[in-house]
Amino acid sequence: MTLYQPGDAAELAAIISASASSGETLSISSGGSKRRLGRHAPTAATLDLSRITGIIDYEPAELVLTARAATPLAEIEGLLASRRQMLAFEPPDWRALLGHTGEPTLGGVLACNQSGPRRLKAGAARDHFLGFSAVNGRGEIWKAGGRVVKNVTGYDMCKLQAGAFGTLSALTEVTIKVMPRPETARTLLLPVTDATAALTLMSAALNTPHEISAAAYLPAAVLARSRVSGALPAGNGLVALRLEGPAPSVAHRTDALEATFGTAARLVDGDSSTLWAEIGAVRPLLGNAAIVWRLNPTPSRAVQLLHALAGQFASASFFLDWGGGQIWAGLEPAQAGPDAGATAIRAALAKTGGHATLFAAPDELRAQIDVFEPLSPALAALTQRVKQGFDPLGILNPRRMYKEF
Amino acid sequence: MIRMPEPDQQVLARRGEIIAALRRIVPGEGVVENENELRAFECDGLTAYRQLPMIAVLPSTTAQVAEVLRYCKANNIRIVPRGAGTSLSGGAMPLADGILLGMGKFKKILEIDLPNRCAVVQPGVTNLGISQAVRGQGLYYAPDPSSQIACTIGGNVAENSGGVHCLKYGLTTNNVIGVEIVTLDGEIIRLGGKHFDGPGYDLLGALVGSEGMLGVVTEVTVRLLPIPPTARALMIGFPSVESAGDCVAAVIAAGIIPGGMEIMDKLATEAAEAFVHAGYPLDVAALLIVELDGCAAEVDHLVAAVEHIATQHQAVSCRASTSEEERLLFWAGRKAAFPAVGRISPDYYCMDGTIPRKRIAEVLRRMTEMEQTYGLRVANVFHAGDGNLHPLILYDANRPGELQRAEDFGADILRLCVEVGGVLTGEHGVGVEKRDLMPTMFNETDLAQQQALKCAFDDAGLLNPGKVFPQLCRCAELGRMHIHGGKLPFPELERF
Repeated sequence: MTLYQPGDAAELAAIISASASSGETLSISSGGSKRRLGRHAPTAATLDLSRITGIIDYEPAELVLTARAATPLAEIEGLLASRRQMLAFEPPDWRALLGHTGEPTLGGVLACNQSGPRRLKAGAARDHFLGFSAVNGRGEIWKAGGRVVKNVTGYDMCKLQAGAFGTLSALTEVTIKVMPRPETARTLLLPVTDATAALTLMSAALNTPHEISAAAYLPAAVLARSRVSGALPAGNGLVALRLEGPAPSVAHRTDALEATFGTAARLVDGDSSTLWAEIGAVRPLLGNAAIVWRLNPTPSRAVQLLHALAGQFASASFFLDWGGGQIWAGLEPAQAGPDAGATAIRAALAKTGGHATLFAAPDELRAQIDVFEPLSPALAALTQRVKQGFDPLGILNPRRMYKEF
Repeated sequence: MIRMPEPDQQVLARRGEIIAALRRIVPGEGVVENENELRAFECDGLTAYRQLPMIAVLPSTTAQVAEVLRYCKANNIRIVPRGAGTSLSGGAMPLADGILLGMGKFKKILEIDLPNRCAVVQPGVTNLGISQAVRGQGLYYAPDPSSQIACTIGGNVAENSGGVHCLKYGLTTNNVIGVEIVTLDGEIIRLGGKHFDGPGYDLLGALVGSEGMLGVVTEVTVRLLPIPPTARALMIGFPSVESAGDCVAAVIAAGIIPGGMEIMDKLATEAAEAFVHAGYPLDVAALLIVELDGCAAEVDHLVAAVEHIATQHQAVSCRASTSEEERLLFWAGRKAAFPAVGRISPDYYCMDGTIPRKRIAEVLRRMTEMEQTYGLRVANVFHAGDGNLHPLILYDANRPGELQRAEDFGADILRLCVEVGGVLTGEHGVGVEKRDLMPTMFNETDLAQQQALKCAFDDAGLLNPGKVFPQLCRCAELGRMHIHGGKLPFPELERF
């Protein structure tokens, strides 16, 4: 297997241009932490971008940061923390989930639109992606967006790159919007009897003006596996609601929520951040299920989806994030069957609205099964035309998203 | 000088036949052919440019939209979609040989979904209409462009509209979660929905802000937010715009993201005060309005914090609103700034660049120099939190050459925005207005790549041509990524 390690955008462009001439297919990678996310589709060569690294500009008062795409996420987050700022979309650490120890990079996070619990309130990675330079599948360097937080000049190509899994262009430089880190954070834990009660509670709480920044439901079985389980009240399961902001505000909103929903146990500081990091990393399911699905239904219909799945997969373990808009479900291979449960899951989702992604599964399964939700014929045709507009020869991460291209 | 695609004489010659065909699709009064009635569509908010469309079509169902688009594609007829026609960049400016597709009959709010905090509406519903429909439930739709009484959500999607609250709550793209579109092929496609982060490419994200060039929006799902329980505004006077800008930077550096943060310069402040008597100080060089929203405990805490920061940045006056009436009064002048400037000048031309905020003093100094060069005055209002400038160039269209001077001045301001690291447009869109400035920000490859996206949706180039891109290119040639062969001749556009 050929390995390319360009040091800058010009070298990268030369490599892709040569590959385009010869039809050589390329896997784009840097830290490799998400190499096992998406379809398993080996290529002729690997394009390792890890030398295209370094923070270029950071202006805390402008709320923008520009960095080369392979800059380690840890470096970015460390710098932001030193100025009491953060990536508001809270990129989760999926290394344990995906079984890889590589270094997550900013470009990788954006290419996979990787968002954590605060996505509920602050938006996804795509909502914070302001501009970039990249090399397309013809080996041409191009750019879009800008380095300011408000910009509508030309099509919003950042949105298109976010979540394209490197199939449209290889990012070399990115500009993101950063936000102030909340002064205080507190998590309220409310006991609930089941998922139906949890969803009702989360929906009611999110309809209050108390600015909940994260809302999850953890059934008892998965709660036990949290590192902060000692600090958690025992019971059937818990709804976790996070409040962030200035201390007087968090105190006021805690009182207001408790007045409506009853007294809650509280996690503060380190315990609160540990719990949400675990939820983002899907830690409660790890070691318990070889196959992990991410389901994104219409939030209010999450229970209907869970009931449909319970009929098919009695021993599935699961928890809810994003107020019910994201369900992480773990299945045993024997129980999931030869298609990893795809047929049953997608049939259930057809009734509730939304989509499912096969997240963690052995390579063989991810080579055979539609990892991402299959598209309608009209949308699939449009998607393929978009791909051809960026990568007409189909050499950038081919078949990483769809079998056909 | 704006040149538009040369009218297709073959299409113009078939006008009668086309009208008959469209009447079969949209019966009754849905097809407008009479010149007097077409006059209503001859321009949008960029009133310096006017052009009668060949025909206007006002469909009332998605099926009609699909059939109209299919017919247009089969007959090689250009289409310009239009919402309320409030675009300030000429996004809905008609074409002489084109069909103006007015979406004004799509006025229904289809669903208010409280458990999922979203609403499904037709594209002709006004921006404010959405918030009014859900106010009783304690919810609202956050993006609030100044034209929100009139502008439609479909137009907001096309332009990715902003507003004074978008630093904290985002632009249209951050608050629209799903759309139904009709493609030029007449296919009805859903992008996004009530779920988070749809599968596949984020075509919804690409569609928002695409200025009506990728598809016609027939339904929109918007995210709703709970109304903040409290809001208070501060009105702070500064001896220089620079110190006001420094104060804004310090507020953000202190970790505070206000709901709104607006600066007006002396000329704009004076005009606004004379118009609405908001009690603005007239002895200051810059007036900063900061609005803080949230629970009362938070708002009071942050008002004190901002007051403290202001005193450290040379503020010469500072008042915090103590009642809702007072808060609205503080805003009244800012919200009336454009018409207020209209009272002191026969005409004004509103610009919309964004700059890195730290360059504000330099940009204002150079704009003052340009005022001398062009012999025209500028009043400045800007969304200070995100560096989005709205210089208002004062001119008199009745004086020969002044409109041209104002436009040249505006173009120079936008070039300056790009030079200091900013962009051509923060929220008004490129349209026809800034189209020919696109090469100051993007090279040929950048623009060709954007047009490759256009070609994936509309390979015939019939949806809103002549907007955004300075040179049209043919999709087949774009495949080779060289567009010099694809330039189309543009005739002079009639101007008033």
